[in-house]
Amino acid sequence: MALALLPAVFAASFAMAQAGADRAGADKRRSGYQDMGVALQKMQDDDTANPGMLFVQLGQQLWAKPAGANNKACADCHSLADMKGVAARYPAMSKDGDKPIDLEGRIRLCRTVNQQAEPLATESRELLSLAAFVANQSRGLPITPPADPRLAPFREQGAAIYERRQGQLNLSCAICHDDNAGKKLAGVTIPEAHPTGYPLYRLEWQALGSLKRRLRNCLIGIRAEAYPYDAVEYVALEIYLMDRARGMVFESPGVRP
Amino acid sequence: MTQVLINAPKTARKGEVIELKALILHVMETGFRPGTNGRIIPRNIIERFTASWNGAEILRMDLSPAIAANPFVSFFAVATESGKITFRWTGDEGFVVEESVAIDVA
Repeated sequence: MALALLPAVFAASFAMAQAGADRAGADKRRSGYQDMGVALQKMQDDDTANPGMLFVQLGQQLWAKPAGANNKACADCHSLADMKGVAARYPAMSKDGDKPIDLEGRIRLCRTVNQQAEPLATESRELLSLAAFVANQSRGLPITPPADPRLAPFREQGAAIYERRQGQLNLSCAICHDDNAGKKLAGVTIPEAHPTGYPLYRLEWQALGSLKRRLRNCLIGIRAEAYPYDAVEYVALEIYLMDRARGMVFESPGVRP
Repeated sequence: MTQVLINAPKTARKGEVIELKALILHVMETGFRPGTNGRIIPRNIIERFTASWNGAEILRMDLSPAIAANPFVSFFAVATESGKITFRWTGDEGFVVEESVAIDVA
């Protein structure tokens, strides 16, 4: 009896070990945080040294400030508790439309449709601050893209862009961020392109920036023509990248070199 | 809206060396860069940062255009008496920001 049980127990423990190994395999993904120096990691971790927190603070003020013809503030409709986890599952489908939107897009939409206010310009300090404040509510949570089948074609589009060579340097995202991640490019470690900390403070920018800005940076870096600011290609890429980073810890506002 | 983040202990023992850190939102425009229209963007920097303990100046710092945006200043002071530590930034275009934190020295 005991002998008969033994292989079963062994098989079960082996399966568990395998599952554990698989999890460990998933954990081999590295956030850009792990590839930067200790000084920068400490800067990100300390809320009074992380410059991104300046924008979070600004966003908090804007969150409570009424705007537009309806004279409503974000706080009048949304409770802050409801914002927990939101940034970790965007981009998502817009409620009425048939196109996906990222967090910044959602805020802009809310601003023009619900608040009846002047639209916020892309990459403006107000928009980034609001996004950073909302994103900050999800800090420490796992990235959980929604299981919305309508997102699938966009995710595929994003994956195709990721794999496609483009620009004068004829590089795809995958060549750097999959094949050569962890190696150096001009003295900087090539990250695995997991968007864990957006909007984030980049020392090179000396400002907070969105994932879209980062994507535009990369496109210009490979000497490709950047898509226009409202192009769906960015959102498609964001959907793909967030799906690729599924389960990783959301850390906005990140700090990156 | 001006943004400041200050990291200072709320309490300290008398004679203890404490670290004070202050971070402020500021573009620190150098005055050397041309804008999109080709014209030089006028200089807009913080020129001076001071810290005072109950009104007595304990640190004065001159900033230059070579300092990055959102300057972060960290320094040490000896805790002598309870009261108020005041941080003050002044600069171009009439920029003045003052923030105070209370400290209890026992």
